[in-house]
Amino acid sequence: MHRVALPPDFQAWREAARDALRQGYLPEQIDLQDDSLERPMVLALEADEAPGGPPVERPHVPKAFLEAAQNAAVHRDPNRWNLLYRLLSRLQAERNLLHVGVDTDVAELRRLTDQVRRDVHKMHAFVRFRKVDAPDETGNPTEHYIAWYRPDHRIVPLVAPFFAERFAVMHWTILTPDASVRWTPEQRQLEFGPGVGREQGPREDDVEDLWRSYYASIFNPARLNPEAMRNEMPIRYWGNLPEVDLLPQLLQRAEGRVESMVLQQKGKTTAAPFVPAEHELTILRRAMPSCEGCELYKHATQVVPGVGAEGAHLMLVGEQPGDKEDVEGLPFVGPAGGVLRKALGELRIDPAEVFMTNAVKHFKFVQRGKLRLHQNPRMGEINACRPWLRAELDAVKPRVVLCLGASASKSLLGGTFALMTSRGKVHESPYAERVIATVHPSAVLRARDQAGHEQLYNFLKDDLAMAYELSRHPA
Amino acid sequence: MMTVQQKLEILADAAKYDASCASSGAKRAGNGKGIGHSDGEGICHSYTPDGRCVSLLKILLTNFCTYDCVFCVNRVSSDIRRARFSPDEVVNLTLDFYKRNYIEGLFLSSGIIQSPDYTMEQLIAVAKTLRTVHHFGGYIHLKTIPGCDERLVREAGTWADRLSANIELPTQQDLVQLAPEKKAVVIEHTMEQIHVGKLEADEERKRTSLAPQFAPAGQSTQMVVGATASTDREIIGRASHLYGTYNLKRIYYTGFSPYQNADARLPLQASPRMREHRLYQADWLMRYYGFKAEEITTETDPALSLTEDPKTVWARTHPEFFPIDVNAAPKESLLRVPGIGYKNVERIVNIRRYHRLSLEDLRKLHVRLKSVSEFIIAADHLPSPTLVNSADTLKVAAPAAMQQLEMFAGFSALTGAV
Repeated sequence: MHRVALPPDFQAWREAARDALRQGYLPEQIDLQDDSLERPMVLALEADEAPGGPPVERPHVPKAFLEAAQNAAVHRDPNRWNLLYRLLSRLQAERNLLHVGVDTDVAELRRLTDQVRRDVHKMHAFVRFRKVDAPDETGNPTEHYIAWYRPDHRIVPLVAPFFAERFAVMHWTILTPDASVRWTPEQRQLEFGPGVGREQGPREDDVEDLWRSYYASIFNPARLNPEAMRNEMPIRYWGNLPEVDLLPQLLQRAEGRVESMVLQQKGKTTAAPFVPAEHELTILRRAMPSCEGCELYKHATQVVPGVGAEGAHLMLVGEQPGDKEDVEGLPFVGPAGGVLRKALGELRIDPAEVFMTNAVKHFKFVQRGKLRLHQNPRMGEINACRPWLRAELDAVKPRVVLCLGASASKSLLGGTFALMTSRGKVHESPYAERVIATVHPSAVLRARDQAGHEQLYNFLKDDLAMAYELSRHPA
Repeated sequence: MMTVQQKLEILADAAKYDASCASSGAKRAGNGKGIGHSDGEGICHSYTPDGRCVSLLKILLTNFCTYDCVFCVNRVSSDIRRARFSPDEVVNLTLDFYKRNYIEGLFLSSGIIQSPDYTMEQLIAVAKTLRTVHHFGGYIHLKTIPGCDERLVREAGTWADRLSANIELPTQQDLVQLAPEKKAVVIEHTMEQIHVGKLEADEERKRTSLAPQFAPAGQSTQMVVGATASTDREIIGRASHLYGTYNLKRIYYTGFSPYQNADARLPLQASPRMREHRLYQADWLMRYYGFKAEEITTETDPALSLTEDPKTVWARTHPEFFPIDVNAAPKESLLRVPGIGYKNVERIVNIRRYHRLSLEDLRKLHVRLKSVSEFIIAADHLPSPTLVNSADTLKVAAPAAMQQLEMFAGFSALTGAV
């Protein structure tokens, strides 16, 4: 057996292999090993064998082999030098050997180069620079980006050009246990140095907190797949990735987050489970007090159902009960209700002839001392309460619905409905055939001056008149 | 006043339903003046617990939106926290993350504010600042707002590596129901503008390499599946039309998943991940395996099987096509063998010029022998004639079809009834 100890370097193997081929060593006669490897004394004392094959003066080396061999050379597998020599030797007779992907040696070469390629790719991906403010050689303050990383194989020379191109204008250094490499933009040159331990890497960087926030927010807790994550980002890389600190808590919280989403969609923010299947006014009125479809029931005095005849042709939908309505349990009995009743009176419409209700059935307010100040319901609450409104619509089957104000309009005509540009027109809605929107009577009360008051009151009255007129005949 | 960190939490969270995070397809050499380059391969810098790749800083400029698309968490009527980045904040975040090697670049999208044109101008401002002020050479993917002016599409394409306009839902019918402000014709019109913009720029660059690039990584789109009752057959047909007409690089299928305060018309449960996976398999069959859209499912069974991949289903229902001789059959036939991927087809075609392949050779190529053996002839192998049995197919297909129907039990996405 002819034994050769090599430094872990492709050029050294290349020269040793060329020599051995020239002398005529057969692959089974030679053992090429890293010189760093500790070897038993007995083997080292064994006598050298004489070459058993024909000498090869000008070896045939396809370009593809040279490229693959250079990559395989940085692999830590101690048998790579012998494998490469065996392939080189076989290639002299089997010129197409590399095309036969199922040959054991060729497959082994591919295994090594694939693993090195993957290692290079992962290093491109998982190196994390930390910014260190340090003066340069002339004492000027500079931003220096430093990373510590542990690759599987000796790939620093293979990955350095990637970082040099990408971060050409930055001062950067990559430290690994085997080697380090540094780039200064002024010189535009890579400088290689010895390896260092992790403790010599930079400690921290403020931007890592922002990065962690991003990482925690960008994943979808409804679609956990930690196995896929671990396959692509094996645990041995985790020590290097600041965002991975968060993983245990992210995984733990994800289940709860999904549950609460489903709960919110399922029970808490819709009245649907509380609405009886039979849509008759008396049944609805009896079921309404038990509603816990949103949070508003907790603070209001009572629920305020709609009032009016079951067969009314016109239905008026307001926003929500006010302070007085909440106490009395009846809609439109407060100051805004007064404005509405005045308009109905002037138009000679009997209030008993129309059905009056609200988009939201509980009073929403903030307590300020003794006062309970009205608050607009949010879209979530309007949506949550819509099943009640739809049940009332179904029970009354009005020919025309008049929405008073933005909240009612949004409930029946969609969240983007613009009240002031689209009021007084007949709209079609998924919930009722003819829907008209007008201003809320409380807007009339809040008008800044007399002119505004009159204009808004006339809008209300005109739209009411039109809706009433339309409702006297079927569509 | 919100901090950048708070905005980032809101606007990354709002972007997480966009499945695309690819950074591949565009080569950009380092320019020597700023940071960034891409070698065309795309890099995943991290993976999140949902198994997805983190390649780009994927955020919305704002989650304020004037639209009311039922399936979208950012719709105007949704009760969520809202935030808006200034273009400079996005620029700085991108550069800070990029310098630390966290990302390959930026994927910027936005809710619709004021108008499609205004929104698009804001997105363009970010990309333009990155490219012209900071000479940023990393990857930029801009969402194109359907219906914005063609001039803006052209400008976006000069700064971005990739543009995408989301088709959102499989059919126009679905859009009417769930995204009232969006129209398939408007979305497709924007896709057409991107397509033509790229064609013209590529033509120009053939004459002179100095001509500006236009979205070198092409365009992609995204479709939400499982939010409506559209069948896999409709989805695959739609995909085939989009690939054919606008030369899309990719379609992302994203299974519907529930979110806070979702509309009651939507399903409570996430669409099974397997369905999404099968759609991707069907998609790849069309793009890499020479299958036509209408071959992958049938009129009578328009759903993809959840238990078996579409290539296996096709093979089982077409026993007349098999067995295939791996040492002689044309490439197109090899591509149809379940268990042999398109890369292995390349390898086999290459190897068989020098060497007759046996089953053992296929095993070395990591071909799943169990799934291929009944469909192929190899140097040392003939399949037994009884194995290709169409009766098995029926047994497997029936429960799968039922599973897909069950996703719609208890509600109807079309009527809104709960």
